Amino acid sequence: MDCINNLSLCLRHSGVDAGLAEFVSIFLGVVLVATFPLLVTILLIWVERKFAARIQDRIGPNRVGPFGLLQPLADVVKLLTKENITPTGADRPIYNLAPPFMVAAVLLIWAVIPLSPIHYGVDLEIGALYFVAVASIGTLSVLMAGWASNNKYALLGAFRVVALLISYEVPLALALIVPVMLANSMSMVGITEAQWGMWFVFMAPIAAFLFFIGSQAETGRAPFDLIEAESELTAGFNTEYSGMKFAMFFAGEFMHVFTNGVLMAVLFTGGWIGPFVGELPLIGLVWLMAKASVWYIIALWVRNTLPRLRIDQVMLFNWQFLVPLSIVNLLVTAFLLQVIKMAGLTPADPGNFVQNIPQTLVLLVGNLVEFGGVLIMLRNRGRRERIADAAKGLSAPVHAVGD
Amino acid sequence: MNVLNQWAFIGVFFLLAPLLPALPIVLGGVFAPRKPNAIKQATYECGVETVGDTWVQFKVQYYVYGLIFLVFDVEMVLLFPWAMAYRDLDFFAFGAGFLFVFLLTDALFYALGKDALKWD
Repeated sequence: MDCINNLSLCLRHSGVDAGLAEFVSIFLGVVLVATFPLLVTILLIWVERKFAARIQDRIGPNRVGPFGLLQPLADVVKLLTKENITPTGADRPIYNLAPPFMVAAVLLIWAVIPLSPIHYGVDLEIGALYFVAVASIGTLSVLMAGWASNNKYALLGAFRVVALLISYEVPLALALIVPVMLANSMSMVGITEAQWGMWFVFMAPIAAFLFFIGSQAETGRAPFDLIEAESELTAGFNTEYSGMKFAMFFAGEFMHVFTNGVLMAVLFTGGWIGPFVGELPLIGLVWLMAKASVWYIIALWVRNTLPRLRIDQVMLFNWQFLVPLSIVNLLVTAFLLQVIKMAGLTPADPGNFVQNIPQTLVLLVGNLVEFGGVLIMLRNRGRRERIADAAKGLSAPVHAVGD
Repeated sequence: MNVLNQWAFIGVFFLLAPLLPALPIVLGGVFAPRKPNAIKQATYECGVETVGDTWVQFKVQYYVYGLIFLVFDVEMVLLFPWAMAYRDLDFFAFGAGFLFVFLLTDALFYALGKDALKWD
């Protein structure tokens, strides 16, 4: 955080060694940035359960505290008093390391997220790349958990999930390149500040769409919840976990969903940008959380509405549709940016809304044309498949099932 | 904050991030009962007794996914600097980027044509 520098200065003036002062200020900054998402997660458990209940026409938690708000605390107490069972065949060190790594992978993303104009962990110049690097620790932790459990279901589940996660990381990261290109910066602060004039979601709706789908898959939520394909895999990679270790996997998942909302807000809908931010920087945090909550609710809505896809469908959808689309989208955006430059439509003041309109229109129309092309291709493909099926005397397309 | 301090922040974060979730696990160890027995700690495979070794060689299909992922991951590392400087570059940069992406996409379509990415 920016104020951290002042703290370090403060300590040095009161006679503390310069190195120690620096370390203390950094340490406190880390504790602040890392505990914030953890505290939010406690509330998220309640939001998640209440929202899922409403969609399923239930009431949801309403006994513990007003509106059931203290339910997460009751959950924590319950999980604390549950026995930790470690299977005899497990590879203990790796088995025990996996749950903290799962949470750490999500926590580390928060280091580069700008919470308000002056409040952020660090403004890394390579923030976007750092996010891609750190997010893959979660994949590693899934594999660690599945392998170390020495359980065939856990291992099968882990392999499947890892195949899914690394596959969906491709469109996710390719979509991430688009805001970097638009903002001319890889730093999350730079990307946020580049959206003063216009949110990137209007300039690159397809990239936003791809990033949202990719991040939904990264959390292992429906329709990509192969982690929980209980009819095939018992409970997947976390079968052998119980008590607090099991809870950490879930805390990591809840936090990941919200973190994805925050990332969508930062990358595509302007992060902390909103009215009155100039006068009172802290209000930026309110705008960021409000925007993140909207994305978060959409993610929950998708999760609770769509059925689970089969593993072969999920993989085919990624490699035959999302990856080619994200590559085409990247090249179309790159081409349009050169056209904008040649036509002289680049805004003289990037923070000016009116000056941003011409280039936004060019990009938006380009995206719409791209989207139309995709629709036509999908339609033709569907028709071809139906004709082929009818020729074979099948009413519905049949795919091979299996691992 | 200078660059070195930024990375010091990340370094401290890397050390602290696994410790924060480890805390409740340790706390759980204090509060939770501990009554292990052989049946409770047996591998849980839906009640059926476990047969054979779990740590065996696995299907090669996953390796193919990993390989293609690696191709794109390395591609992305090289594309990020290109994307960052893109607005300051001229049309040649688009051509260069297009060629680079095209060559790798070629590999993707080759793999798709060979049905290598089909789950079976």
